[in-house]
Amino acid sequence: MKNGPVHGGTAAARTDALTDDQEGEAIKAIALRHPWRILIAVVLVLMLAVFVLDAAQRPDYGWADVGKYVFDKRISRAALVTLQLTVYAMVIAIVLGLVLAIMRLSPNPVVKSVAWLYIWIFRGTPVYVQLVFWGIVSLIYPVLTVGIPFMTPWMSFHNDIFTNLFATAVIGLALNEAAYMSEIVRAGLLSVDDGQEEASRALAMSWGQTMRIVVVPQAMRIIIPPTGNEVISMLKTTSLVAAIPLSIDLYGVSRGISAVTFTPVPLLIVASLWYLLFTSILMVGQHFIEKRYARGSGQRKADKS
Amino acid sequence: MNGVPMVHADRVSKRFGSNRVLRSISLTVDPGEVLCLVGPSGSGKSTFLRCINHLERVDAGRLSVEGQLVGYRQKGEKLYELKPKEAAFQRREIGMVFQRFNLFPHLTALENIIQAPMRVKGMSKAKATQRALELMERVGLGDKAGHYPAHLSGGQQQRVAIARALAMDPKLMLFDEPTSALDPELVGEVLDVMKELASTGMTMIVVTHEMGFAREVADSLVFMDGGVVVESGNPREVLSNPQHERTQAFLSKVL
Repeated sequence: MKNGPVHGGTAAARTDALTDDQEGEAIKAIALRHPWRILIAVVLVLMLAVFVLDAAQRPDYGWADVGKYVFDKRISRAALVTLQLTVYAMVIAIVLGLVLAIMRLSPNPVVKSVAWLYIWIFRGTPVYVQLVFWGIVSLIYPVLTVGIPFMTPWMSFHNDIFTNLFATAVIGLALNEAAYMSEIVRAGLLSVDDGQEEASRALAMSWGQTMRIVVVPQAMRIIIPPTGNEVISMLKTTSLVAAIPLSIDLYGVSRGISAVTFTPVPLLIVASLWYLLFTSILMVGQHFIEKRYARGSGQRKADKS
Repeated sequence: MNGVPMVHADRVSKRFGSNRVLRSISLTVDPGEVLCLVGPSGSGKSTFLRCINHLERVDAGRLSVEGQLVGYRQKGEKLYELKPKEAAFQRREIGMVFQRFNLFPHLTALENIIQAPMRVKGMSKAKATQRALELMERVGLGDKAGHYPAHLSGGQQQRVAIARALAMDPKLMLFDEPTSALDPELVGEVLDVMKELASTGMTMIVVTHEMGFAREVADSLVFMDGGVVVESGNPREVLSNPQHERTQAFLSKVL
């Protein structure tokens, strides 16, 4: 490359020599046309416009009913139930997932196998089927007892937990989700370099301190983004609690109203609008969390404890 | 010195599966001594170093630090494996510096240094911070306390790692190829810190390929190959007049 005379000098000398007036003539070419891109865009916009105009006047959509029910007290209360199901189930699932992940990394083969078995069963069967099972588990185990097996129990009480349908729903969703969370946590823990644990041990820190101070904070970078996905996924999965059957959540209440008014489509739209609102908020939140944790390692502020 | 050696290895052996990485290593390091371990890669130098603070377990022989068996307790004829807590307690006075620094990337240089004194020794944060700042000054990084490791050069990171180990007030410092991962122009600054440390009378065991450092600073030099000690003695003598042909072959390549 020859940009004019180079006096065998340093990089600085060469940069000085490159001033604006020495640059080549600016390119003023005719831009390449992309007729197919434009055509496809026009077709898509037209299709969308036709669909929207058609839907706006189709009576089955019942837009008047959508407007009527979208801010209905019953609906907003049910939306709150859906949020509660999501939050409670996720909190339990994250804690249980952490326990399962640590169990899977345990040197004890029995502990490891038990965690593997749990994950195998709960990931390998549909969550809908699991929820149906938890709905009838109080019939299988009507009485819970504490004591030595095959002897007269010390205590026995009626199985009330699984007759409370809301608690059943939370437990059912959480047990399923824990299997997925444990894999996410495990991947996060394994992503931290071995040298980190070694350095921590060489400083005479205990296993617990090593995990808390060194490993887990670094694993969070890997764990948090997929956990955000799981929260969004959980919000929608709560609609399956109908299998228990619990019908006080967003989808259940929408169905309940439409069963009386015979307007199923408007209420499906109402429920969808609420789900979309929540998932949109979560997506925005996740965007910021991912941005925060995507920064190069070492950039993250330390957790002050 | 009064009798008890800092490190005493008596026919120490270690295997990974069928691979015998250490075969009957015997050596003694006195308090205040600087020992350089040299040899080709795979010769077992790093493994031996890691046995001293029980990051690896010894299979045969006896290894003790200040007269205390590493990783085990002897009662009569029987050896009992130490609990993790007891093993951790033994490591409190043994500092270690790694080839790849292993600083905690999510903590600043200062936070890296104060963790162990606070969590392990229960030192107050103010006191640990004051001590950490002194140590950072000592390794020539007084102005870098708030920097994250990613924002420091390799040589600076390694100096922080040395300060981190010194913060526990160790009696013995282990260096596992501390300059091997560094750009050539950064090696000197780390060696300078180590020389200064040696001059204060710190007992040091250094696995290294820096023969100049060994010649200048070490009190003794051990050449290992294939898991055995091939030759040992005064570094100037071993380096200038190696007796064993394997030592000669190795030194002819690195000098």
